[in-house]
Amino acid sequence: MSQKLEAKNVNVFYDQTHVIKNVNLSVKANSVAAFIGPSGCGKSTFLRLYNRMNDLIEGFRKEGEVLLDGKDIYAKDLRVEDLRKKVGMVFQKPNPFPKSIYENVIYGLRIRGVNNKKLLDETVERSLRQAALWEEVKDNLKKSALALSGGQQQRLCIARAIATEPSVLLMDEPASALDPISSSKIEELIYELKTQYTIIIVTHNMQQAGRVSDTTAFFYLGELVEYDTTKKIFMNPSDVRTQDYITGRFG
Amino acid sequence: MKIPEKFIVALLALCAGLTILVTAGVLYTLASEAIRFFSEVSIVDFFTDTQWTPLFTEKHFGILPLLSGTLLTSFIAIFFALPIGLTIAIYLNEYAPRSFAFRIKPVLEILAAVPTVVYGYFALTVVTPFLQGFIPSLSGFNALGAGFVMGIMIIPLISSMSQDALYAVPKAMREASYGLGATRFQTAFSVLLPAASSGIIVSVILAISRAVGETMIVAIAAGMQPSLTANPLVPVQTITTYIVQISMGDVPHGSLEYRTIFAAGISLFVLTFALNNISFWFKKKYQQKYE
Repeated sequence: MSQKLEAKNVNVFYDQTHVIKNVNLSVKANSVAAFIGPSGCGKSTFLRLYNRMNDLIEGFRKEGEVLLDGKDIYAKDLRVEDLRKKVGMVFQKPNPFPKSIYENVIYGLRIRGVNNKKLLDETVERSLRQAALWEEVKDNLKKSALALSGGQQQRLCIARAIATEPSVLLMDEPASALDPISSSKIEELIYELKTQYTIIIVTHNMQQAGRVSDTTAFFYLGELVEYDTTKKIFMNPSDVRTQDYITGRFG
Repeated sequence: MKIPEKFIVALLALCAGLTILVTAGVLYTLASEAIRFFSEVSIVDFFTDTQWTPLFTEKHFGILPLLSGTLLTSFIAIFFALPIGLTIAIYLNEYAPRSFAFRIKPVLEILAAVPTVVYGYFALTVVTPFLQGFIPSLSGFNALGAGFVMGIMIIPLISSMSQDALYAVPKAMREASYGLGATRFQTAFSVLLPAASSGIIVSVILAISRAVGETMIVAIAAGMQPSLTANPLVPVQTITTYIVQISMGDVPHGSLEYRTIFAAGISLFVLTFALNNISFWFKKKYQQKYE
């Protein structure tokens, strides 16, 4: 299988602070990669390199290359808005807009000037079905998204992210703010979505990483300590720090 | 010497009570004089008569010309101040670097600190002659110039409060929008403005309230002729400037002419009081909850 995402000798600085230290990492198409590690290890920062969300932070600086389908996503002639259409993101806390469910899902299309009612309707149904939310909300699409439960809101955010048909989906601890039932629904969803998207998920939940991912990367103090198949990382890690973290000795 | 806590509490309560007392006193004066006025002039005439000529031999007591003058100048002020103030708010909050925004905000607020009498002369001697270059039919005293300058005065009120409202929109909303590939412009207009709309509307209502109560600028630059018109090119009189005119003139104390200013005053009071309450109500009802 081809490499969907590649990072080559990546370093990240916030002003003088060195937060990502010479990381090399590739993710195959249509696989799920989990990023694990203690808080502040740089895994979220690294995730946000893929859709250039770090660009919004004053003092951010990057060295090295990040490639999507072999192309540098930090190239000067690339519009960051086009990149983010291809690389969707789901955040830690559900963050629907204070708009209707319908308007939330089609936001990504609206801002690109899509006004075809039929296309929008189809997109809403397809995205909500994929996000396993359609049956619960199909009669209330005009209702405010803020009236949904936390778990429903997060699935709405997933629907919103996949409405623009990205090829990569970034998930920053998508289930950490949810109850166990909603959390397991999100996990099932990730399993379903894998067939169409390349997914990277940042998580603090070891069991979750073990269940949903094909490969796992362990970050520690800005370094990529170990990156291998999830099975290998959890059963037989090469590095003692990975072993210690997974068995709960720190973090 | 140690001051007993009880004494301090009493002192603080007294200060707080004083403001209420003063408000009540003002209200009492306004109301008692206005009631005497309305015992002589029918309240129906007051609201329906289209002329305001208390000082002429043929007296008319219709508040409409003064009300229209007030609303016209205030509308012109908001018409200029809202788009400019909102643009400044969006620029400072979404585009300008943080450090720059923090430094420029106090500078902007100086606009609100310029004495209004200076603004009045600015409107009369600079803005009106300048506008006459484009609109030859503009008279020397007019609602347009006065309203425009009043707009400049209330820009910081709108920009400052609107920026606070935009700033209060959670970072997660911005991230969601940028994450879907929206530009800064799209994020500002499709997500942030609607999310901050209650705060922005409150800022606009307070700005209107400020414009309605503004006296010196319109007294100097808008003329003193009460006329029921929506034409911004001719002189008008506002409720506030009428009160100034009578207060400074030689109208005998206690006469009907004298009492007109209390009738005008209570109209103004009701208007601004209503505006302030609407804004308060808006703030409570539509405050966005994100959690």
